[in-house]
Amino acid sequence: MNQPYLSFLLLLAFVAFNAGALIGMSHLLAPRKPTPVKETPYESGMPPLGDAHERFSVKFYLVAMLFIIFDIETVFLIPWGTIFFAAGGPGMGFLLIEMLVFIAILAVGYVYVWKRGALEWG
Amino acid sequence: MSLDLSNYRDLALALLPELVLTLAAVVLLLVVAWRHQTRADLRVAAWVAWWGLVAAAVAVWWLWWNTARAAVIPPPVHPPMIAVDDFRFVADWLVLGTAALTVFVSFDYLERESLLVPEYYVLLLFATLGMMLMAGGEDLMMIFLGLELMSVAVYVLAGINRRSAPAAEAALKYFLLGAFASGFLLYGIALAYGATAATNLTLIGVQVTTLGLQKSTMLLIGLGLLLVGFGFKVAAVPFHMWAPDVYDGSPTPVTGYMATAVKAAAFAALFRVLGEAFGAVPAWREIVWWLAVITMLVGNVVALAQRTLKRMLAYSSVAHAGYVLVAVAAGTPAGAAAFVFYLVAYTFMTLAAFALLAAKGRDGERDVRIDDLAGLAQRRPWLAFALAVCMLSLLGFPGTAGFIGKWYILVAATQSGQVPLAAILVLASVISAGYYLPVIMAMYMKPEPFEQAHGGMRLGPLGSIAVAVSVAGLLFFGVRPNRLLDLARTSGAAVRPAPAATSGGGARPTAPKLAGN
Repeated sequence: MNQPYLSFLLLLAFVAFNAGALIGMSHLLAPRKPTPVKETPYESGMPPLGDAHERFSVKFYLVAMLFIIFDIETVFLIPWGTIFFAAGGPGMGFLLIEMLVFIAILAVGYVYVWKRGALEWG
Repeated sequence: MSLDLSNYRDLALALLPELVLTLAAVVLLLVVAWRHQTRADLRVAAWVAWWGLVAAAVAVWWLWWNTARAAVIPPPVHPPMIAVDDFRFVADWLVLGTAALTVFVSFDYLERESLLVPEYYVLLLFATLGMMLMAGGEDLMMIFLGLELMSVAVYVLAGINRRSAPAAEAALKYFLLGAFASGFLLYGIALAYGATAATNLTLIGVQVTTLGLQKSTMLLIGLGLLLVGFGFKVAAVPFHMWAPDVYDGSPTPVTGYMATAVKAAAFAALFRVLGEAFGAVPAWREIVWWLAVITMLVGNVVALAQRTLKRMLAYSSVAHAGYVLVAVAAGTPAGAAAFVFYLVAYTFMTLAAFALLAAKGRDGERDVRIDDLAGLAQRRPWLAFALAVCMLSLLGFPGTAGFIGKWYILVAATQSGQVPLAAILVLASVISAGYYLPVIMAMYMKPEPFEQAHGGMRLGPLGSIAVAVSVAGLLFFGVRPNRLLDLARTSGAAVRPAPAATSGGGARPTAPKLAGN
């Protein structure tokens, strides 16, 4: 293909079509039973307007903290994935073991927060 | 045993103590995930942590016994991020030993205060792991990672007593100021990297001499910021403001751990950075000189004004950071030996003093005044004796390890021509008698204020062992310091700051040329 940007244009068109299709189809096909909560701009359970000096549950922070920790895992995994095959040779085995150790340590942390009930909202 | 750190097997061997401790901490975390309710669970966690520390110490000993050294790696490969030398082994032993004694001190304390949080021991292990990485870090990034691992765990430890408002204040204060100090340190690392294009300590040292960066502004600002970051962790004046409040509010065994292990690890990292990376930059000597002087004077004078024992010990630990800085400022092999020796002695005496305070006080020990110890010698002669030895050693009384340590610091300072510094050290020690001796006077010369004034004083069997080991060490090394001194000499020689290289006679410093990329 001589046009270098054609594939990019195709991708753009596909994304636009997909996004339009998803929103349009749910708009046309989904049953509508509106309630006041569903009508709010953000359906997160938090009132979107109000005083900033408001107390809200510490659980939100806990979830946010846990999210960041496991988010970092992804941040580490992606660069690791890009260099893994480039390394080649005996280095590959070491890279694999290192990443497995990293994931194992994170998994232990996950088991810990699970068993201590940090993932339960109630 | 020569370890080729570009080889994965040898790298794992060089990191064996850290790997063992990581494994212990992870296993303990899993144990704690299931068992975290009863006092028995607390005891299980303590023993797992203790044996993990012992296993790591055995691994360090194994490396040391086999005289493990890193083989020199030819230039194209990145130099190793971890040092394999005696200085690392001795520092590892020091923090592992401190952590093991802290486990013993905490064993009864946590039960007495109904702090049924076995996570305490997990955090202790992770903090110790961070300290080992700091003490062994051969790269500024590794030192920073170790520092963060240590700090985050210690922030939580400071606030482990969730029912106590002072503990919450201490943890928050420590966290906010600590995060700020980490920022300084990181900025210093960034500027040092900007000036030398390296984060490896040895490489920085090489770049400084080959490129003639002794007067590079960027490098000097970086050095200053690094000193601020480390100065905060060791609680040197003027970066000590957090120390009294944090030490005062934290649970006493945690305070003991913070005042000894955290400080020792930060000093070890500082010493290595100054010696290996900035050995050829004469500017740090003056900065450390001034830091030492004001730390000694302010720490001691303010300690005089304290009424409670815990705050007095907090300021005393600030003052002792000043004494250690004198050894750093000396910058000679003798200074390095005195540095290691004094850190060991200081660790023993401070840890034992805080352990005894934990036994005496209730509810955070914030209210134990010096007069509350009156008559302790009649009622509990052994505890009074142990505390008296600690106080005499902190004062630097002959016959204790504190005296030998101070003596060698003085010798090192005068030999390197820092006579004013030595004079100020002596003067500061005289001031310190004004707050150490009243403790002994209260215990031995004043009558018990009322019957059973010391009835509540309880030191469990394991806590007694920790205190006994520390006091025995103080007395033993005070009389026969030779073995420890030899150890301090050989380990200090591994990273002793090179004698200040004279920069090219008056030549204008050329603009820093970055090597390669």
